[in-house]
Amino acid sequence: MGELKLMKGNEALAEAAIRAGADAYFGYPITPQSEVIEYLMAEKPYERTGMVVLQAESEIAAINMIYGAAGSGKKVMTSSSSPGISLKQEGLSYIAGAELPCVYANVVRGGPGLGTIQPSQADYFQSTKGGGHGDYRQIVLAPASVQEMADFVKLGFELAFEYRMPVLILADGVIGQMMEKVELFDQMPRLTDDEIAEKYPWATTGKKKGTQRRIITSLALQAHEMEAHNMMLQKKYADVTEKEVRFEAISCEDAEYIIVAYGSSARIAQKTVELARKQGIKAGLFRLITLFPFPSKALQNLCKQGVKGFLAVEMSAGQMVEDVMLSVRGCAKVDHFGRFGGTIHTPEEVLNALKSKIIGG
Amino acid sequence: MTIPSLEEIIKPENLVYEKTDLMTDKALSYCPGCGHGTAHRIIMEVIEELGLEEDTIGIAPVGCSVLAYEFMNIDMTQAAHGRAPAVATGIKRCWPDKIVFTYQGDGDLAAIGTAETIHACNRGEQIVIVFINNGIYGMTGGQMAPTTLPGMKSSTSPYGRDVEMMGNPLKITELVAQLPGTFFVTRQAVHTPAAVRKAKKALKKAFENQKDKKPGVSFVEIVSNCNSGWKMTPVDANKWMEENMFPYYPMGDIKVDGQLVK
Repeated sequence: MGELKLMKGNEALAEAAIRAGADAYFGYPITPQSEVIEYLMAEKPYERTGMVVLQAESEIAAINMIYGAAGSGKKVMTSSSSPGISLKQEGLSYIAGAELPCVYANVVRGGPGLGTIQPSQADYFQSTKGGGHGDYRQIVLAPASVQEMADFVKLGFELAFEYRMPVLILADGVIGQMMEKVELFDQMPRLTDDEIAEKYPWATTGKKKGTQRRIITSLALQAHEMEAHNMMLQKKYADVTEKEVRFEAISCEDAEYIIVAYGSSARIAQKTVELARKQGIKAGLFRLITLFPFPSKALQNLCKQGVKGFLAVEMSAGQMVEDVMLSVRGCAKVDHFGRFGGTIHTPEEVLNALKSKIIGG
Repeated sequence: MTIPSLEEIIKPENLVYEKTDLMTDKALSYCPGCGHGTAHRIIMEVIEELGLEEDTIGIAPVGCSVLAYEFMNIDMTQAAHGRAPAVATGIKRCWPDKIVFTYQGDGDLAAIGTAETIHACNRGEQIVIVFINNGIYGMTGGQMAPTTLPGMKSSTSPYGRDVEMMGNPLKITELVAQLPGTFFVTRQAVHTPAAVRKAKKALKKAFENQKDKKPGVSFVEIVSNCNSGWKMTPVDANKWMEENMFPYYPMGDIKVDGQLVK
């Protein structure tokens, strides 16, 4: 059993980066995730593992430091919250275009604009539909506990390097700020410079005599070259969609009504399912772990099982609900419920919505 | 008079100069008369002369030199517009023993990338920044740059740069020289053989500083021409540059070994 600690989600994320053998973290403070860089600066990972920590002058600079370091084969992470993540979109598009691996976290707060510092899930569209410019995708992992904040850093790096694409840990202010027991995985070694040069032949580590030079770029001036590059990216995204779908089905075996949720909304909805079951309603929870790839087939299968309705519960005006609708393709009733702008729904509010919008509606 | 055969001419004892292997054989995409090609070449020659080619990573910007990686035969990363100093920081912090340099134009370095430039310089990153200043946006077709001179015409200042309306040219090289994180700051040109020799010497010092792990940024500005953007012949462009650019952007070292010399 790994080391047990009581930690904030943001702290678990930071500690997991050190333990996952990350080479560097570049970030910029923003509420509600400033604890990530504060924890790292206090923890001195450069003494523990040799990991670099640097506070950049902006989120834009931080993501470009990530771009540079990732292009040279290093295992690197950044994090921010909604307005800061918007600033990172340019860099993320370049990272996706140049096929570089990186992990980053968005501890979402209410928006739009400067918004609020309270939790929100209103960055779903930005996270799953591109965010930056161009036809690209990123793997999106949605932690629902402090434990998953730690575990998804490790998983995120594995996926990022396997597919050479950005992996987003999409948390929210609740997950980032709340404290829970977390079992930390053991320290993993950082790769040596020689191991990086050997393992990642695409990385810019200095051109040795008689070898091909490496170029990290997302540019192709000829349209047909750019199209070929895009087709290759789409093939990769199809591969990810085929292999990397993750979800958790709770009390779904005999369910007539299913709540679809992720992150802290899933924690709330789990209580709703308990309350509903006590009242004799056959409710279940379908918790999304990957938001991209979206578990469309699993939702379709639930439809075939005879589920009568799905309620998408999210702290937004209704974003993830669109993917639920696209997945079930009209075979069952689908509606949305959620408080937003920094307000959190209660299990009772969710139960009332389930009754009024799905069961009685 | 008998004309010597090619075999007679191409003999080792006649060889006074050859193209460095660190430039690819690809034809340069720059306009005839442009200084970029010369700047590329002398950087690559310096890297070769110092024996750094196996450990150097270059950063290409957005602008005319976006394709620098097509010509520089080393490992290269192409950065988003203005972000090269941040990209270089990411690489250098993770690979402190590698040699990292950026190659940036005026729009890239002194407009959209001002924050990245100033903060990389202020943190004292151990990198080389090569800054090509031709007072215009070349790639996008001759728009006003942060370094466009007062009264100078461009496609977005067609009646000349009106400083009251459009602001003043930015002497960013003098500005970064004031920061404690810069170790060597110099301004050079590549329009005459003598200037090329001086510029190459400055670049050599810059790369030596990084090789010797001297603290801080080595910043080499090269004031260059843009005959296409300026709408002049190459010869006229160089003359105009000497008469107009050099008085505003004076040649020479500004900071040497961490000490201001101007």
